[in-house]
Amino acid sequence: MATPLNPRQNFLKGIVKENPVFVMLLGMCPTLGVTSSAFNGLGMGLATLFVLLMSNLVVSLVKSQIPSKVRIPAFIVIIASFVTVVEMVLEAYIPFLYEQLGIFIPLIVVNCVILGRAEAFASKNKLGASLLDALGMGLGFTMALTVLGATREILGNGSLFELRFFSEDAQTILLFILPPGAFIALAYLTLVFNRLTRKVA
Amino acid sequence: MKKKESTLLNMAVVLFVITLASGLSLGYVNDLTAGPKAAAKLAKKVAALKGVLPSFDNNPVDEAWKVPSSWAKDSIEIYPARGPEGFVGAAVTGASDKGYNGLVRLMVGFEPDGTIRNIAVLEQKETPGLGTKMTGEKFMKQFRGKNPSDFELKPRKDGGEVDALAGATISTRAFSEATREAYDTYMKQRQTLTENEH
Repeated sequence: MATPLNPRQNFLKGIVKENPVFVMLLGMCPTLGVTSSAFNGLGMGLATLFVLLMSNLVVSLVKSQIPSKVRIPAFIVIIASFVTVVEMVLEAYIPFLYEQLGIFIPLIVVNCVILGRAEAFASKNKLGASLLDALGMGLGFTMALTVLGATREILGNGSLFELRFFSEDAQTILLFILPPGAFIALAYLTLVFNRLTRKVA
Repeated sequence: MKKKESTLLNMAVVLFVITLASGLSLGYVNDLTAGPKAAAKLAKKVAALKGVLPSFDNNPVDEAWKVPSSWAKDSIEIYPARGPEGFVGAAVTGASDKGYNGLVRLMVGFEPDGTIRNIAVLEQKETPGLGTKMTGEKFMKQFRGKNPSDFELKPRKDGGEVDALAGATISTRAFSEATREAYDTYMKQRQTLTENEH
């Protein structure tokens, strides 16, 4: 945070220059774990976006009240509370997504993107800037997970958002919805992403 | 604003306040979502029942009972269905832990004579694209209208009559075993089911 960013740069950095997945390679556990379909990627991305937004909001509001020696446990309690809220709401209203994401919902607590933003940004910046930062980072994360999920679903299952364009019996590259496919797809997408954004930056 | 100093008292008070606020708000949200959560679970069960049972006019969920499973702490649920002319069939859950990735739980709908009407998968964690095809029409249709008394519920590899999913014999084995558990339970409970006429 050497030079102060204007609001536009602050918002866009999470999507392009400091994209949490493709550039900073943070939050790899949900990134690799749940992106076997575009819908799962999108769902996980939006759940993370919500938690990120709320935790940046609260952390930026209470930052001056938290003694610095206990700031990490304080942040974690705040984040864990919102994750639990997300878990309960998903179970009640979107049970299908709740079952698909399974253990990865509670694991949002340890997503380092969220604690990272709380520690590196929200605890040092004003409310407005923190919300913009969360929105940018969250959307960047959601976009990355959806693109990764879509790639894997198209190659591995012959469908996109569960709309099939091949029959159920068609031979697809199954590897891509199995765990190794996550690593391969992520590596190539990171390559493409950085190639494309190098010119912009 | 100045940062609070890290004195012992400050730290204890701040952490206490944060955990208290967090606990209270989570309790509140839990209360709010308890109703919808139960409703969502029930809706899923009813949807599965409607899919496997012939049309009924009683409430199978209210009349259901449980028997202990022979191998697990899990229990087997039995949902009787009645039409205007009495007993028309029952849905029975069955499970197997021999899946590729843990438990496979099914709900099997039976005609009164024990013929399989339809099967719904309640729970499975099989390999995406291989074992998960057990929910697909192509695999499922071989069970419909079959009576397990003359249809050996085992993959062909094990000497049975079930066509295995390509590349997922283990998942097929678990599916067959779960169906067999449901069938065995149904046959044991059939007396009670048909006697309990209104």
